[in-house]
Amino acid sequence: MSPRQDNTVNPRLDIDRIIDDRRTRIIVCCGSGGVGKTTAAAAIGLRAAERGRQVCVLTVDPARRLAQSMGLTSLDNTPRLVDGVDDETGGSLHAMMLDMKRTFDEIVEAHADPARAAQILANPFYQSLSSSFAGTQEYMAMEKLGQLRRSNEWDLIVVDTPPSRSALDFLDAPERLGRFLDGRLIRVLTAPVKAGRPFGRVLNAGFSVMTGAMTKLLGAQVLRDAQTFITAFDTMFGGFRERAEATYKLLQAPGTSFLVIATPEPDALREASYFVERLAEERMPLAGLILNRVHSVGVNQLSAARSLAAAETLEAIPNGGTATASPASSASYAVTAAALRLHAERMNLGERERRVAGSFISTHPAVPVIEVPALPEDVHDLAGLRRVGGSFTLQGGNGAR
Amino acid sequence: MTARDTDWDGVRLHVVTGKGGTGKTTVAAALALALAHAGRKVLLIEAEGRQGIARLFDRPPLPYEERKIAIGPGEAHDGRDAGGDVYALAIDPEGALLDYLQMFYGMRSAGIALTRLGMVDFATTIAPGLSDVLVTGKATEATRRRQPGSASGFAYDAVVLDAPPTGRIGRFLNVSAEVSGLAKVGPIRSHADTVANVIKSPQTAVHFVCTLEEMPVQETLDGITEIRAVPGMHVGGIVVNMARPTELSQQELKAPPDLAAMAKALGAAGLYDPDSLAAALADELSEHARHVELEDRERTELEAAGQPIYELPLFAEGIDLAALHKLAAELRDQGAA
Repeated sequence: MSPRQDNTVNPRLDIDRIIDDRRTRIIVCCGSGGVGKTTAAAAIGLRAAERGRQVCVLTVDPARRLAQSMGLTSLDNTPRLVDGVDDETGGSLHAMMLDMKRTFDEIVEAHADPARAAQILANPFYQSLSSSFAGTQEYMAMEKLGQLRRSNEWDLIVVDTPPSRSALDFLDAPERLGRFLDGRLIRVLTAPVKAGRPFGRVLNAGFSVMTGAMTKLLGAQVLRDAQTFITAFDTMFGGFRERAEATYKLLQAPGTSFLVIATPEPDALREASYFVERLAEERMPLAGLILNRVHSVGVNQLSAARSLAAAETLEAIPNGGTATASPASSASYAVTAAALRLHAERMNLGERERRVAGSFISTHPAVPVIEVPALPEDVHDLAGLRRVGGSFTLQGGNGAR
Repeated sequence: MTARDTDWDGVRLHVVTGKGGTGKTTVAAALALALAHAGRKVLLIEAEGRQGIARLFDRPPLPYEERKIAIGPGEAHDGRDAGGDVYALAIDPEGALLDYLQMFYGMRSAGIALTRLGMVDFATTIAPGLSDVLVTGKATEATRRRQPGSASGFAYDAVVLDAPPTGRIGRFLNVSAEVSGLAKVGPIRSHADTVANVIKSPQTAVHFVCTLEEMPVQETLDGITEIRAVPGMHVGGIVVNMARPTELSQQELKAPPDLAAMAKALGAAGLYDPDSLAAALADELSEHARHVELEDRERTELEAAGQPIYELPLFAEGIDLAALHKLAAELRDQGAA
């Protein structure tokens, strides 16, 4: 399996085609942490807006300067119009940062009567659940996506998934929360509060061992808080499930495109691989893979080995090559040798990236791929985002090497 | 024990955090190897079950069990350093919960019943703070564990915790604050307090792994501020990972390359078409110079934090066991262990 095998070239991912297609209503950018998801989402949003779409970018945890570049200064949960977008084609760009707690509070307020809502909002368990990072953020991002989509104010929503440790968390979180809220544990926890005996005698014996253990583990007060919380929340369970299911269906709908983003690193591509497989299982529409931060090489014709050999040759020539060597020519030999070594290093890095990407590509030959070159600097303004957006499409050649 | 001073003498729990993609697990593993010398016994703990440690050491997935995974380097030149042992443990909240119930209450079977009923879902979904307490609880327990007859009196001379990423580290470590909202009294609260006593003591240092790029550096600085804001917590070192040392001096990088001289040199090295090659290499060189300049700017920002900085080289071929040992040797040479 040679990494240079060109007969296994994947189709090329055409992002312009996706954003120009008016039927595309949602683009979900996913991938493991640190691969450039947020920047990619913002760049796609900007490009789509400048090609005439009414776009809203929903971002979860942007870097400060990137957020500022889009005029996002606070987590206010409201889409804000981004200034400086070229609106010649009639498009527009809005952007918003997710406020997870507020989104959650709003659902509670929408689904429970005021007294009960107040009781829930004040409960320590609710506060922990709604402000913690794990799970809730994913769930709320999906909830917000659903809200934005239902509002019908935008014809394209680009969403950047939360920085989960695993790319899959955001697919699982809503279901996990749903399963939890419906779960046996809830019934057990609420049983002492509810009248009657939901379990048979035998189960009940095991059950008291259990509550005993939980009391020991958590303390009676924690258990009481949990029970109150869950009882109060009970009325909302149905609503929660329905919403989670609706969002899930939305993700399976034809107007949704998933873009998986990865850097040419083993860990990032492993996550991307799982994700691709998982999307297929869930029948969610995968548009393709953005292979981000690929190191391109200027001089392809000079291999690492020949480059290193030339550097060694130069270093072996005494005094810069001439008997009457000037210090300048000896210095230029040293600089040239260093440049050759640098080139060899880049060739090796490129080779490694190709090898790593090659194993993804041969495992998923049908997935459209596009490579995006590594930029020397982070992006912090619209011009930078525009450049990134351009690199999604301007490069010629094939998606995969 | 060697007499050599390191920057972290007295630290027994090394918490390693970093932004995703910066090589946090690799650095944690290298640090564990570096600490395992002179017969010292080190425990390397993986907090978020990705089995990255098993992959690094080329082992099958690790169970919830402390097992020996590597032998630390002995230093041949003094002949007396016998090396040490690295043990590894992959913690998952479920295992930590069972462990906790067994250790403190002898209630393992009740724990298994709880697991079946979704207790772990409970902990991780509704109150991630609880599962953090269980994970940090296991790490601090291993740090405190006594072993009569060992040189230090402890079961492990050092514990290295491959912790959650920088964005979550403050919450993860500040367990008593996490739990206090949930439990004002009771066993989980006192457990959290015991954990906090170890974490908020000079025995524990939080090391940050980053690369010389803008976002990782910013996150590192934010993380350091966050840890410093918690009374009793100690920031450790900053490990700049995947650094690419440059052979060229500042002066050489700043000067525009002399194309004619380069072409002449390339011709002398026997390369075909030296003129166009020189132009292409010169482009690569100036791109490199810009990159080095950016890296220097980021390094200056890190230096402003006033913590020791260690620099580890990039292994373009990827990290294998040999590379891990080289990284460990670097950490030792630079005084991190």
